[in-house]
Amino acid sequence: MNIFAHIGRATLALLAEVGRVALFLKDALLQGLTPKIFVRQILEQMMRIGYFSLPVVGLTAFFTGGALALQIYLGSSRFNAESLVASIVALGITRELGPVLAGLMVAGRVGASIAAELGTMRVTEQIDALVTLATNPFKYLVGPRIIAAVVTLPILVGIADVIGIMGGYIVGTRSIGLNGYAYIRNTADFLEFDDVTSGLIKAAVFGFIIAVMGCYHGFNSKGGAQGVGRATTNAVVSSAILILAANFALTSLLFAE
Amino acid sequence: MAEGYIELSNVKKSFGPKHVLNGVTLSVPKGHSLVVIGGSGTGKSVMLKCVLGLLQPDSGSIRIAGEEVVGLKGKARDAYLSRFGMLFQGAALFDSLAVWENVAFGLIQGRHMARAKARDIAFEKLGQVGLTPEVGNLYPAELSGGMQKRVGLARAIAADPEIIFFDEPTTGLDPIMADVINNLIVDCVKRLGATTVSITHDMASARKIADDIAMIFKGEIIWQGPARTIDQSGNPYVDQFIHGRAEGPIQMDVLKP
Repeated sequence: MNIFAHIGRATLALLAEVGRVALFLKDALLQGLTPKIFVRQILEQMMRIGYFSLPVVGLTAFFTGGALALQIYLGSSRFNAESLVASIVALGITRELGPVLAGLMVAGRVGASIAAELGTMRVTEQIDALVTLATNPFKYLVGPRIIAAVVTLPILVGIADVIGIMGGYIVGTRSIGLNGYAYIRNTADFLEFDDVTSGLIKAAVFGFIIAVMGCYHGFNSKGGAQGVGRATTNAVVSSAILILAANFALTSLLFAE
Repeated sequence: MAEGYIELSNVKKSFGPKHVLNGVTLSVPKGHSLVVIGGSGTGKSVMLKCVLGLLQPDSGSIRIAGEEVVGLKGKARDAYLSRFGMLFQGAALFDSLAVWENVAFGLIQGRHMARAKARDIAFEKLGQVGLTPEVGNLYPAELSGGMQKRVGLARAIAADPEIIFFDEPTTGLDPIMADVINNLIVDCVKRLGATTVSITHDMASARKIADDIAMIFKGEIIWQGPARTIDQSGNPYVDQFIHGRAEGPIQMDVLKP
Protein backbone atom coordinates (compact mmCIF):
# COMPACT_ATOMS: atom_id res chain seq x y z
CA MET A 1 0.00 0.00 0.00
CA ASN A 2 1.23 3.47 -0.91
CA ILE A 3 2.23 5.42 2.19
CA PHE A 4 1.31 8.73 0.58
CA ALA A 5 -2.21 7.47 -0.07
CA HIS A 6 -2.51 6.72 3.65
CA ILE A 7 -1.25 10.13 4.70
CA GLY A 8 -3.47 11.84 2.13
CA ARG A 9 -6.57 9.94 3.22
CA ALA A 10 -5.95 10.68 6.89
CA THR A 11 -5.37 14.37 6.14
CA LEU A 12 -8.56 14.62 4.07
CA ALA A 13 -10.57 12.84 6.76
CA LEU A 14 -9.25 15.22 9.40
CA LEU A 15 -10.03 18.29 7.29
CA ALA A 16 -13.52 16.99 6.52
CA GLU A 17 -14.15 16.49 10.26
CA VAL A 18 -12.89 20.01 11.05
CA GLY A 19 -15.24 21.35 8.39
CA ARG A 20 -18.20 19.44 9.81
CA VAL A 21 -17.46 20.72 13.31
CA ALA A 22 -17.22 24.27 11.95
CA LEU A 23 -20.61 23.96 10.25
CA PHE A 24 -22.12 22.51 13.42
CA LEU A 25 -20.61 25.36 15.41
CA LYS A 26 -22.19 27.88 13.04
CA ASP A 27 -25.64 26.34 13.58
CA ALA A 28 -25.04 26.04 17.31
CA LEU A 29 -24.18 29.73 17.61
CA LEU A 30 -26.64 31.21 15.11
CA GLN A 31 -29.61 28.97 15.94
CA GLY A 32 -28.83 27.61 19.40
CA LEU A 33 -27.86 30.84 21.13
CA THR A 34 -30.50 33.13 19.63
CA PRO A 35 -34.11 33.47 20.85
CA LYS A 36 -36.20 31.62 21.63
CA ILE A 37 -34.42 30.71 24.86
CA PHE A 38 -35.62 27.64 26.77
CA VAL A 39 -35.11 28.77 30.38
CA ARG A 40 -36.41 25.53 31.89
CA GLN A 41 -33.92 23.51 29.82
CA ILE A 42 -31.03 25.80 30.80
CA LEU A 43 -31.79 25.44 34.51
CA GLU A 44 -32.10 21.67 34.21
CA GLN A 45 -28.77 21.44 32.38
CA MET A 46 -27.10 23.72 34.95
CA MET A 47 -28.16 21.25 37.62
CA ARG A 48 -26.84 18.29 35.66
CA ILE A 49 -23.62 19.84 34.36
CA GLY A 50 -22.71 22.04 37.31
CA TYR A 51 -24.28 20.89 40.54
CA PHE A 52 -23.90 17.14 40.04
CA SER A 53 -20.24 17.57 39.03
CA LEU A 54 -19.40 19.16 42.37
CA PRO A 55 -18.35 15.96 44.21
CA VAL A 56 -16.05 14.78 41.42
CA VAL A 57 -14.45 18.17 40.89
CA GLY A 58 -14.17 18.86 44.63
CA LEU A 59 -12.44 15.55 45.37
CA THR A 60 -10.08 16.00 42.42
CA ALA A 61 -9.12 19.48 43.61
CA PHE A 62 -8.67 18.40 47.23
CA PHE A 63 -6.27 15.54 46.49
CA THR A 64 -4.39 17.52 43.85
CA GLY A 65 -3.86 20.41 46.25
CA GLY A 66 -2.59 17.99 48.89
CA ALA A 67 -0.22 16.17 46.53
CA LEU A 68 1.01 19.47 45.16
CA ALA A 69 1.85 20.75 48.66
CA LEU A 70 3.74 17.55 49.43
CA GLN A 71 5.73 17.65 46.18
CA ILE A 72 6.65 21.30 46.50
CA TYR A 73 7.70 20.79 50.10
CA LEU A 74 9.93 17.82 49.16
CA GLY A 75 11.47 19.79 46.31
CA SER A 76 11.88 23.14 48.04
CA SER A 77 13.28 21.72 51.28
CA ARG A 78 16.43 20.82 49.33
CA PHE A 79 17.31 24.51 49.33
CA ASN A 80 15.46 25.62 52.44
CA ALA A 81 12.60 27.31 50.67
CA GLU A 82 9.69 25.66 52.50
CA SER A 83 7.89 29.00 52.79
CA LEU A 84 7.16 28.77 49.04
CA VAL A 85 4.73 25.87 49.49
CA ALA A 86 1.64 28.00 50.13
CA SER A 87 2.19 30.44 47.29
CA ILE A 88 3.07 27.83 44.67
CA VAL A 89 0.08 25.68 45.60
CA ALA A 90 -2.20 28.71 45.25
CA LEU A 91 -0.69 29.69 41.90
CA GLY A 92 -0.64 26.17 40.52
CA ILE A 93 -4.23 25.47 41.49
CA THR A 94 -5.82 28.74 40.36
CA ARG A 95 -3.88 29.18 37.12
CA GLU A 96 -3.47 25.65 35.81
CA LEU A 97 -4.57 22.62 37.75
CA GLY A 98 -7.96 23.87 38.91
CA PRO A 99 -9.35 24.69 35.47
CA VAL A 100 -7.58 21.89 33.57
CA LEU A 101 -8.40 19.07 35.96
CA ALA A 102 -11.96 20.27 36.49
CA GLY A 103 -12.32 20.59 32.71
CA LEU A 104 -11.04 17.06 32.12
CA MET A 105 -13.21 15.56 34.86
CA VAL A 106 -16.31 17.34 33.55
CA ALA A 107 -15.39 16.30 29.98
CA GLY A 108 -15.42 12.70 31.16
CA ARG A 109 -18.62 13.01 33.16
CA VAL A 110 -20.73 15.51 31.26
CA GLY A 111 -19.30 15.29 27.73
CA ALA A 112 -19.97 11.56 27.73
CA SER A 113 -23.49 11.91 29.06
CA ILE A 114 -24.42 14.66 26.59
CA ALA A 115 -23.11 12.59 23.66
CA ALA A 116 -24.86 9.44 24.87
CA GLU A 117 -28.16 11.20 25.50
CA LEU A 118 -28.27 13.13 22.23
CA GLY A 119 -26.89 10.12 20.36
CA THR A 120 -29.72 7.94 21.64
CA MET A 121 -32.21 10.67 20.78
CA ARG A 122 -30.76 10.74 17.27
CA VAL A 123 -30.90 7.00 16.61
CA THR A 124 -34.41 6.65 18.10
CA GLU A 125 -35.62 9.54 15.89
CA GLN A 126 -36.41 11.76 18.89
CA ILE A 127 -34.47 14.63 17.30
CA ASP A 128 -36.51 14.24 14.09
CA ALA A 129 -39.64 14.17 16.26
CA LEU A 130 -38.62 17.52 17.79
CA VAL A 131 -38.43 19.03 14.32
CA THR A 132 -41.87 17.72 13.38
CA LEU A 133 -43.23 19.34 16.56
CA ALA A 134 -41.96 22.68 15.24
CA THR A 135 -39.13 22.86 17.78
CA ASN A 136 -35.61 23.62 16.60
CA PRO A 137 -33.30 20.99 18.17
CA PHE A 138 -30.43 23.47 18.20
CA LYS A 139 -32.47 25.81 20.37
CA TYR A 140 -34.00 23.10 22.53
CA LEU A 141 -31.03 20.75 23.00
CA VAL A 142 -27.72 22.39 21.99
CA GLY A 143 -28.16 25.99 23.15
CA PRO A 144 -29.15 25.21 26.76
CA ARG A 145 -26.23 22.79 27.16
CA ILE A 146 -23.71 25.32 25.86
CA ILE A 147 -25.09 28.12 28.04
CA ALA A 148 -25.23 25.89 31.12
CA ALA A 149 -21.66 24.61 30.63
CA VAL A 150 -20.19 28.07 29.98
CA VAL A 151 -21.90 29.49 33.07
CA THR A 152 -21.34 26.64 35.52
CA LEU A 153 -17.75 25.64 34.72
CA PRO A 154 -16.25 28.89 36.08
CA ILE A 155 -18.33 28.48 39.24
CA LEU A 156 -17.12 24.89 39.58
CA VAL A 157 -13.52 25.99 39.09
CA GLY A 158 -13.93 28.79 41.65
CA ILE A 159 -15.06 26.19 44.17
CA ALA A 160 -12.25 23.84 43.06
CA ASP A 161 -9.72 26.64 43.67
CA VAL A 162 -10.90 27.04 47.26
CA ILE A 163 -10.98 23.29 47.93
CA GLY A 164 -7.58 22.75 46.26
CA ILE A 165 -5.93 25.43 48.39
CA MET A 166 -7.64 23.94 51.41
CA GLY A 167 -6.17 20.53 50.49
CA GLY A 168 -2.74 22.10 50.35
CA TYR A 169 -3.35 23.80 53.70
CA ILE A 170 -4.40 20.59 55.42
CA VAL A 171 -1.41 18.63 54.12
CA GLY A 172 0.92 21.58 54.76
CA THR A 173 -0.13 22.08 58.37
CA ARG A 174 -1.00 18.52 59.45
CA SER A 175 1.55 16.38 57.69
CA ILE A 176 4.44 18.72 56.84
CA GLY A 177 4.16 20.84 59.95
CA LEU A 178 4.00 24.30 58.44
CA ASN A 179 2.51 27.11 60.50
CA GLY A 180 -1.18 27.49 59.66
CA TYR A 181 -1.28 31.26 60.15
CA ALA A 182 1.79 31.76 57.95
CA TYR A 183 0.35 29.46 55.30
CA ILE A 184 -2.81 31.53 54.95
CA ARG A 185 -0.84 34.78 55.09
CA ASN A 186 1.46 33.57 52.29
CA THR A 187 -1.46 32.50 50.16
CA ALA A 188 -3.40 35.73 50.63
CA ASP A 189 -0.38 37.99 50.11
CA PHE A 190 0.90 36.24 47.05
CA LEU A 191 -2.26 35.44 45.14
CA GLU A 192 -3.42 38.13 42.71
CA PHE A 193 -6.81 38.81 41.24
CA ASP A 194 -5.56 37.98 37.72
CA ASP A 195 -4.41 34.52 38.78
CA VAL A 196 -7.97 33.60 39.67
CA THR A 197 -9.73 35.32 36.77
CA SER A 198 -7.40 33.76 34.19
CA GLY A 199 -8.41 30.35 35.53
CA LEU A 200 -12.10 31.25 35.38
CA ILE A 201 -11.79 32.47 31.78
CA LYS A 202 -10.15 29.18 30.89
CA ALA A 203 -12.98 27.34 32.62
CA ALA A 204 -15.62 29.11 30.53
CA VAL A 205 -13.77 28.17 27.33
CA PHE A 206 -13.44 24.56 28.48
CA GLY A 207 -17.16 24.46 29.25
CA PHE A 208 -17.90 25.64 25.74
CA ILE A 209 -15.63 22.95 24.27
CA ILE A 210 -17.20 20.18 26.35
CA ALA A 211 -20.78 21.11 25.45
CA VAL A 212 -20.09 21.64 21.74
CA MET A 213 -18.13 18.40 21.31
CA GLY A 214 -20.70 16.41 23.29
CA CYS A 215 -23.56 17.82 21.21
CA TYR A 216 -21.69 17.47 17.92
CA HIS A 217 -20.84 13.81 18.39
CA GLY A 218 -24.27 13.03 19.80
CA PHE A 219 -26.06 14.74 16.91
CA ASN A 220 -23.98 12.91 14.32
CA SER A 221 -24.08 9.44 15.81
CA LYS A 222 -25.63 6.74 13.69
CA GLY A 223 -26.06 3.02 13.66
CA GLY A 224 -27.64 2.06 16.97
CA ALA A 225 -25.92 1.17 20.23
CA GLN A 226 -22.46 0.84 18.72
CA GLY A 227 -22.73 4.24 17.06
CA VAL A 228 -23.78 5.86 20.32
CA GLY A 229 -20.84 4.19 22.08
CA ARG A 230 -18.45 5.52 19.47
CA ALA A 231 -19.96 9.00 19.73
CA THR A 232 -19.46 8.95 23.50
CA THR A 233 -15.82 7.95 23.22
CA ASN A 234 -15.14 10.51 20.51
CA ALA A 235 -16.81 13.26 22.53
CA VAL A 236 -14.64 12.61 25.59
CA VAL A 237 -11.38 12.14 23.68
CA SER A 238 -11.83 15.14 21.40
CA SER A 239 -12.91 17.49 24.19
CA ALA A 240 -10.01 16.36 26.42
CA ILE A 241 -7.48 17.01 23.68
CA LEU A 242 -9.08 20.34 22.74
CA ILE A 243 -9.09 21.39 26.42
CA LEU A 244 -5.36 20.70 26.74
CA ALA A 245 -4.59 22.49 23.47
CA ALA A 246 -6.81 25.45 24.37
CA ASN A 247 -5.19 25.59 27.79
CA PHE A 248 -1.78 26.00 26.21
CA ALA A 249 -3.06 28.65 23.80
CA LEU A 250 -4.88 30.55 26.55
CA THR A 251 -1.90 30.42 28.90
CA SER A 252 0.37 31.97 26.28
CA LEU A 253 -2.32 34.53 25.49
CA LEU A 254 -3.36 35.50 29.02
CA PHE A 255 0.13 35.68 30.46
CA ALA A 256 1.87 37.26 27.50
CA GLU A 257 3.96 40.04 28.92
CA MET B 1 -54.94 14.54 -12.92
CA ALA B 2 -56.30 17.29 -10.68
CA GLU B 3 -53.84 19.18 -8.50
CA GLY B 4 -53.38 17.18 -5.26
CA TYR B 5 -53.09 18.61 -1.78
CA ILE B 6 -49.69 16.98 -1.45
CA GLU B 7 -47.83 16.94 -4.74
CA LEU B 8 -44.37 15.47 -5.30
CA SER B 9 -42.86 15.74 -8.72
CA ASN B 10 -39.66 14.11 -9.83
CA VAL B 11 -38.07 14.18 -6.38
CA LYS B 12 -34.54 12.80 -6.38
CA LYS B 13 -32.21 12.08 -3.50
CA SER B 14 -28.86 10.34 -3.42
CA PHE B 15 -26.48 9.53 -0.60
CA GLY B 16 -23.07 9.54 -2.23
CA PRO B 17 -23.15 6.99 -5.06
CA LYS B 18 -26.38 5.42 -3.76
CA HIS B 19 -29.49 6.71 -5.54
CA VAL B 20 -32.37 6.29 -3.10
CA LEU B 21 -35.08 8.30 -4.83
CA ASN B 22 -34.95 8.27 -8.63
CA GLY B 23 -37.67 10.77 -9.39
CA VAL B 24 -40.71 10.16 -7.20
CA THR B 25 -43.96 11.62 -8.51
CA LEU B 26 -46.96 11.34 -6.27
CA SER B 27 -50.23 13.14 -5.69
CA VAL B 28 -52.58 12.98 -2.71
CA PRO B 29 -56.00 14.74 -2.91
CA LYS B 30 -57.20 16.66 0.15
CA GLY B 31 -58.74 14.46 2.83
CA HIS B 32 -57.46 11.25 1.25
CA SER B 33 -55.42 8.56 2.89
CA LEU B 34 -52.54 7.33 0.76
CA VAL B 35 -50.56 4.27 1.78
CA VAL B 36 -47.17 3.77 0.19
CA ILE B 37 -46.10 0.13 0.19
CA GLY B 38 -42.71 -1.24 -0.66
CA GLY B 39 -39.97 -3.45 0.68
CA SER B 40 -37.19 -2.47 3.04
CA GLY B 41 -34.64 -0.09 1.62
CA THR B 42 -36.76 1.09 -1.31
CA GLY B 43 -36.78 4.72 -0.20
CA LYS B 44 -40.08 4.98 1.71
CA SER B 45 -38.65 6.64 4.79
CA VAL B 46 -36.38 8.93 2.80
CA MET B 47 -39.40 10.13 0.83
CA LEU B 48 -41.29 11.05 4.02
CA LYS B 49 -38.23 12.79 5.44
CA CYS B 50 -37.91 14.86 2.27
CA VAL B 51 -41.52 16.03 2.57
CA LEU B 52 -40.95 16.94 6.21
CA GLY B 53 -37.75 18.79 5.36
CA LEU B 54 -35.64 16.53 7.58
CA LEU B 55 -33.72 15.74 4.39
CA GLN B 56 -33.11 18.10 1.49
CA PRO B 57 -33.97 16.54 -1.89
CA ASP B 58 -31.30 16.90 -4.58
CA SER B 59 -33.85 17.99 -7.16
CA GLY B 60 -37.58 18.01 -7.84
CA SER B 61 -40.44 19.85 -6.25
CA ILE B 62 -42.71 19.19 -3.29
CA ARG B 63 -45.87 21.27 -3.06
CA ILE B 64 -48.32 21.35 -0.19
CA ALA B 65 -51.64 23.05 -1.05
CA GLY B 66 -49.96 24.52 -4.11
CA GLU B 67 -47.06 25.98 -2.17
CA GLU B 68 -43.46 24.97 -2.84
CA VAL B 69 -41.87 23.74 0.40
CA VAL B 70 -38.40 22.55 -0.62
CA GLY B 71 -35.79 24.80 0.94
CA LEU B 72 -38.07 26.58 3.43
CA LYS B 73 -36.15 28.07 6.36
CA GLY B 74 -36.71 29.65 9.76
CA LYS B 75 -40.19 30.92 10.62
CA ALA B 76 -41.73 29.84 7.32
CA ARG B 77 -40.51 26.30 7.99
CA ASP B 78 -41.87 26.29 11.56
CA ALA B 79 -45.23 27.47 10.27
CA TYR B 80 -45.15 24.75 7.62
CA LEU B 81 -44.23 22.05 10.12
CA SER B 82 -46.97 23.09 12.53
CA ARG B 83 -49.49 21.83 9.96
CA PHE B 84 -48.03 18.32 10.23
CA GLY B 85 -48.29 15.47 12.65
CA MET B 86 -46.02 12.49 12.44
CA LEU B 87 -46.10 9.05 14.04
CA PHE B 88 -42.61 7.59 14.02
CA GLN B 89 -41.79 3.94 13.55
CA GLY B 90 -40.37 3.53 17.04
CA ALA B 91 -42.81 6.13 18.43
CA ALA B 92 -39.78 8.38 19.20
CA LEU B 93 -41.26 9.56 22.48
CA PHE B 94 -39.06 11.89 24.56
CA ASP B 95 -38.02 9.61 27.40
CA SER B 96 -37.10 12.47 29.71
CA LEU B 97 -40.70 13.71 29.73
CA ALA B 98 -43.88 12.21 31.17
CA VAL B 99 -46.42 10.81 28.71
CA TRP B 100 -48.76 13.80 28.91
CA GLU B 101 -45.84 16.22 28.41
CA ASN B 102 -44.93 14.28 25.27
CA VAL B 103 -48.44 14.67 23.92
CA ALA B 104 -48.57 18.35 24.90
CA PHE B 105 -45.06 19.12 23.61
CA GLY B 106 -46.07 20.56 20.25
CA LEU B 107 -48.79 22.66 21.88
CA ILE B 108 -46.53 24.12 24.57
CA GLN B 109 -43.30 24.60 22.60
CA GLY B 110 -44.59 24.99 19.06
CA ARG B 111 -47.82 26.88 19.72
CA HIS B 112 -46.95 28.57 23.03
CA MET B 113 -50.07 27.32 24.76
CA ALA B 114 -50.33 27.61 28.56
CA ARG B 115 -49.24 24.38 30.28
CA ALA B 116 -52.52 23.82 32.11
CA LYS B 117 -54.58 24.11 28.95
CA ALA B 118 -52.17 21.93 26.95
CA ARG B 119 -52.37 19.35 29.74
CA ASP B 120 -56.15 19.15 29.43
CA ILE B 121 -55.90 18.66 25.68
CA ALA B 122 -53.19 16.03 26.15
CA PHE B 123 -55.42 13.98 28.46
CA GLU B 124 -58.33 14.36 26.06
CA LYS B 125 -56.17 13.05 23.18
CA LEU B 126 -54.91 10.18 25.33
CA GLY B 127 -58.55 9.29 25.93
CA GLN B 128 -59.18 9.29 22.18
CA VAL B 129 -56.48 6.66 21.67
CA GLY B 130 -57.95 4.57 24.49
CA LEU B 131 -55.49 5.31 27.27
CA THR B 132 -56.55 6.02 30.85
CA PRO B 133 -55.53 9.27 32.58
CA GLU B 134 -53.15 7.33 34.88
CA VAL B 135 -50.98 6.55 31.85
CA GLY B 136 -50.48 10.28 31.32
CA ASN B 137 -48.30 10.53 34.40
CA LEU B 138 -46.07 7.56 33.56
CA TYR B 139 -42.84 7.78 31.61
CA PRO B 140 -42.46 6.28 28.09
CA ALA B 141 -40.00 3.61 29.31
CA GLU B 142 -42.76 2.21 31.56
CA LEU B 143 -45.10 1.51 28.62
CA SER B 144 -45.41 -1.49 26.30
CA GLY B 145 -44.70 -1.10 22.58
CA GLY B 146 -48.38 -0.88 21.69
CA MET B 147 -49.02 1.77 24.33
CA GLN B 148 -46.02 3.77 23.13
CA LYS B 149 -47.43 3.68 19.60
CA ARG B 150 -50.77 4.97 20.92
CA VAL B 151 -49.04 7.78 22.80
CA GLY B 152 -47.14 8.57 19.61
CA LEU B 153 -50.47 8.72 17.78
CA ALA B 154 -51.92 11.00 20.46
CA ARG B 155 -48.90 13.28 20.09
CA ALA B 156 -49.24 13.31 16.30
CA ILE B 157 -52.90 14.40 16.47
CA ALA B 158 -52.53 16.72 19.49
CA ALA B 159 -52.28 19.92 17.49
CA ASP B 160 -55.13 18.95 15.10
CA PRO B 161 -52.83 18.82 12.07
CA GLU B 162 -54.03 19.06 8.47
CA ILE B 163 -51.56 16.41 7.33
CA ILE B 164 -50.44 13.32 9.23
CA PHE B 165 -47.63 10.93 8.33
CA PHE B 166 -47.47 7.40 9.65
CA ASP B 167 -44.13 5.62 9.42
CA GLU B 168 -44.78 1.88 9.70
CA PRO B 169 -47.54 2.29 12.30
CA THR B 170 -48.01 -1.43 12.93
CA THR B 171 -44.46 -2.77 12.68
CA GLY B 172 -43.42 -4.77 15.71
CA LEU B 173 -46.92 -5.16 17.15
CA ASP B 174 -48.97 -8.30 17.53
CA PRO B 175 -51.81 -8.67 14.99
CA ILE B 176 -54.54 -7.66 17.44
CA MET B 177 -52.73 -4.54 18.66
CA ALA B 178 -51.90 -3.76 15.03
CA ASP B 179 -55.60 -3.80 14.23
CA VAL B 180 -56.36 -1.62 17.25
CA ILE B 181 -53.83 0.92 15.96
CA ASN B 182 -55.33 0.70 12.45
CA ASN B 183 -58.81 1.42 13.84
CA LEU B 184 -57.49 4.35 15.86
CA ILE B 185 -55.79 5.77 12.80
CA VAL B 186 -58.98 5.51 10.75
CA ASP B 187 -61.01 7.07 13.59
CA CYS B 188 -58.60 9.91 14.26
CA VAL B 189 -58.19 10.76 10.61
CA LYS B 190 -61.94 10.80 10.05
CA ARG B 191 -62.46 13.04 13.06
CA LEU B 192 -59.83 15.55 11.93
CA GLY B 193 -60.55 15.30 8.21
CA ALA B 194 -56.80 15.18 7.73
CA THR B 195 -54.85 14.21 4.64
CA THR B 196 -52.53 11.32 5.46
CA VAL B 197 -49.60 9.49 3.98
CA SER B 198 -48.56 6.20 5.56
CA ILE B 199 -45.68 3.96 4.69
CA THR B 200 -45.88 0.31 5.55
CA HIS B 201 -45.14 -3.18 4.33
CA ASP B 202 -48.04 -4.64 6.31
CA MET B 203 -50.75 -5.36 3.72
CA ALA B 204 -53.50 -5.89 6.30
CA SER B 205 -52.80 -2.42 7.63
CA ALA B 206 -52.62 -0.92 4.13
CA ARG B 207 -56.03 -2.37 3.15
CA LYS B 208 -57.60 -1.07 6.32
CA ILE B 209 -56.40 2.53 6.33
CA ALA B 210 -55.89 3.34 2.64
CA ASP B 211 -58.12 5.20 0.18
CA ASP B 212 -55.32 4.94 -2.36
CA ILE B 213 -52.25 2.76 -2.50
CA ALA B 214 -48.96 3.48 -4.22
CA MET B 215 -46.08 1.09 -4.55
CA ILE B 216 -42.49 2.28 -4.44
CA PHE B 217 -39.68 0.20 -5.89
CA LYS B 218 -36.06 1.21 -6.37
CA GLY B 219 -36.84 4.86 -5.63
CA GLU B 220 -39.74 5.20 -8.07
CA ILE B 221 -43.51 4.93 -7.80
CA ILE B 222 -44.35 1.98 -10.03
CA TRP B 223 -48.09 1.81 -9.39
CA GLN B 224 -50.76 4.01 -7.86
CA GLY B 225 -54.49 3.42 -7.67
CA PRO B 226 -57.54 3.11 -5.42
CA ALA B 227 -57.09 0.61 -2.59
CA ARG B 228 -59.93 -1.66 -3.73
CA THR B 229 -58.28 -2.19 -7.12
CA ILE B 230 -54.96 -3.41 -5.72
CA ASP B 231 -55.85 -7.04 -6.36
CA GLN B 232 -56.49 -6.30 -10.04
CA SER B 233 -53.48 -4.05 -10.53
CA GLY B 234 -52.14 -6.16 -13.39
CA ASN B 235 -48.68 -5.19 -12.17
CA PRO B 236 -46.44 -8.21 -11.50
CA TYR B 237 -44.39 -6.26 -8.92
CA VAL B 238 -47.49 -5.30 -6.95
CA ASP B 239 -48.86 -8.84 -7.20
CA GLN B 240 -45.66 -10.31 -5.87
CA PHE B 241 -45.57 -7.85 -2.99
CA ILE B 242 -49.17 -8.15 -1.81
CA HIS B 243 -49.01 -11.93 -1.90
CA GLY B 244 -45.60 -11.98 -0.27
CA ARG B 245 -43.91 -14.33 -2.70
CA ALA B 246 -40.16 -14.81 -2.83
CA GLU B 247 -40.38 -15.63 -6.57
CA GLY B 248 -41.19 -12.89 -9.03
CA PRO B 249 -39.78 -9.82 -10.74
CA ILE B 250 -38.51 -8.35 -7.43
CA GLN B 251 -35.28 -10.16 -6.63
CA MET B 252 -33.88 -9.93 -3.14
CA ASP B 253 -30.11 -9.86 -2.90
CA VAL B 254 -29.90 -13.09 -0.96
CA LEU B 255 -27.15 -15.59 -1.59
CA LYS B 256 -28.51 -19.09 -2.06
CA PRO B 257 -26.57 -21.71 -0.07
